[in-house]
Amino acid sequence: MAELTYREAVAAAIAQEMRRDENVVFLGEDIGAAGGVFKTTVGLLDEFGPLRVRDTPISEQAILGAAMGAAMTGLRPIAEIMFSDFLAVCWDIVANQMAKARYMTDGQVSLPLVVRTANGGGSRFGAQHSQSVENWAMTIPGIKVVAPSTPADVKGLFAAAVRDDNPVLFFEQKSLYASKGEVPEGDHVEELGKAKILREGDDLTIVALALMVPRALEAAERLEKSDGISATVIDLRSLVPLDTQTILAEVAKTGRMVTVEENPRLCGWGAEISSIVAEEMFYELDGPIVRITTPHIPLASADHLEDMMIPSVQRIYDEIRRAFS
Amino acid sequence: MAKKPGNKSFEVDLANDDIGEEVRINLFRLQLECRHVEQRANDLFLQNLIKGTSHLGLGQEAIAAGFAGAMESDDYTFCTYRGHNHTLARGASMTGILGELMGRECGLLGGKGGSMHLTSVEHGAMGSYAIIGAHLPIAVGAAWSSQYRGSSQVTVCFFGDGTTNIGAFHEALNMAKIWELPVVFVCENNLYMEYTPIGNVTAVENPAADRASAYGLESIIVDGNDADEVYRVAKKAITKAREGKGPSLIEAKTYRHSGHSRADPGDYRPDGELESWLERDPVKSYRQRLIDFGFPKEEVDLLEQEVLNRVDEATETAKKSSPPSEEAIVKDVWADGGSSWRN
Repeated sequence: MAELTYREAVAAAIAQEMRRDENVVFLGEDIGAAGGVFKTTVGLLDEFGPLRVRDTPISEQAILGAAMGAAMTGLRPIAEIMFSDFLAVCWDIVANQMAKARYMTDGQVSLPLVVRTANGGGSRFGAQHSQSVENWAMTIPGIKVVAPSTPADVKGLFAAAVRDDNPVLFFEQKSLYASKGEVPEGDHVEELGKAKILREGDDLTIVALALMVPRALEAAERLEKSDGISATVIDLRSLVPLDTQTILAEVAKTGRMVTVEENPRLCGWGAEISSIVAEEMFYELDGPIVRITTPHIPLASADHLEDMMIPSVQRIYDEIRRAFS
Repeated sequence: MAKKPGNKSFEVDLANDDIGEEVRINLFRLQLECRHVEQRANDLFLQNLIKGTSHLGLGQEAIAAGFAGAMESDDYTFCTYRGHNHTLARGASMTGILGELMGRECGLLGGKGGSMHLTSVEHGAMGSYAIIGAHLPIAVGAAWSSQYRGSSQVTVCFFGDGTTNIGAFHEALNMAKIWELPVVFVCENNLYMEYTPIGNVTAVENPAADRASAYGLESIIVDGNDADEVYRVAKKAITKAREGKGPSLIEAKTYRHSGHSRADPGDYRPDGELESWLERDPVKSYRQRLIDFGFPKEEVDLLEQEVLNRVDEATETAKKSSPPSEEAIVKDVWADGGSSWRN
């Protein structure tokens, strides 16, 4: 084990996969000489050279298109989209091309590729550089959607994404880049589609993702200490595939579910999970499902405004306490 | 220089012909296949055996044939929803194409893609793309892959005149040039962006060629209705790419004999325009050229009859093929062959 930051784990994960397989190549804006605008790719150009670590122009369609064409013809590319908000300028390649190529060609085409991107708020960047858009990806059949909350999962889930033969959108939460954690050394690979139970309780099950995971954990500690409410916390880690078995089993034990998501309210991923739970285990629930989300409003940039919009530890704590009063 | 009189485009030194009989017969056969499969597709649509839409390449066969004739079997083709010709010219089966158009099990894509997405990876036909511009960056990726793997494969990417006004065209050309990739971009300028004359909506006269200099590329225009001319320019650009000398952009002037798609009778075309282009019908002109060159007319007729017989056989086979089974619906979303999004 070594203690790494979330951002160092990104570079470590890319390096691990590039060392393992010569067909893994990496392209994106400012990823080479600059080491990434979030410093997530430092050292990769030096180790792997400009043929495998390619700086691109500001051409998001070309970045993702090139990744797709390369994946169709024998490589396993990693593409970086600097901010997940920018996926909107190349969404055609994601939603119409990558997601559908295999199905439409009756399996003639495989796309072993990863699109990694800095997602989510908390960095005071305003409405076009702070969105949490993993729910966009979740609505498209044919794309896997992964979002780690810890440095260890960054490495393990990223390795799994690179080794997967399908297109994977890998959402790194940019406000977690400075967070630290123990990361297994050597070859570390997790399985996509397996949620992680981080804490077990009796009264409710909190389902969270990415930045919402540490906040949900802290809120759960406070609920236990201050109010005697004991919560299970699940880190989903992956929206597609979705580990419904773990969710359903854990909610069955506690009888209550709270989802905590950074997505704006309408059609955030919590809505889909709430719908599955309501449909499949309604009579095992002891009370209404609670969704804690960012309001359905573009994110404001001022720190005190942004902090009021994205679910905070305090808000998670308050909303759960209210639901239990 | 032995010139044939009375044929302006026909200037060939027969003693030192750069194309040769074998290639010419192949170019003619490829054009015939495209022509007759497209006409059959039209007939089957009128019989309600093909549903939905399709975008025919009638009149544009010389481009598909000229390039396919100049490519190696492991080269890559990327094309648009007007892609029947290109997929066929790379060697995909007529039964697979007509079956796909008819939504049958024997279709190239098992009935899951349809007219606008014909693909035959085993023949290097890497897909037909129905969102304008999308496949240019994807073709860049295939060329990048060839370059990285050190293979000698060349990627040829076809698109229409309308594509030159979308951002992906510009992103792809720039990236192809800065990385000096082995890719040949081919604009099939058939004068219309769907229903609108391309000249009405484009800042330059030649929508592709006049943009070439912006990407450090030579401006190349070719008569897209002359398979020999297309073959020559294709050979040159493909050879350049294969030798590691970078990308090319070629604008082939041509004309679509039918409307944009099934829904379009092409009424917006000025009187006489279609007729004047029909006089330059690439298939008819090429047939005449072969005869002028001294190929026996009977052999030319026989070649055409053979192609027609194959189209008939393919049609009957496709008609007899079952509709796809229900299991096909949940197959091949993912690489494991399945479609599951949850456990």
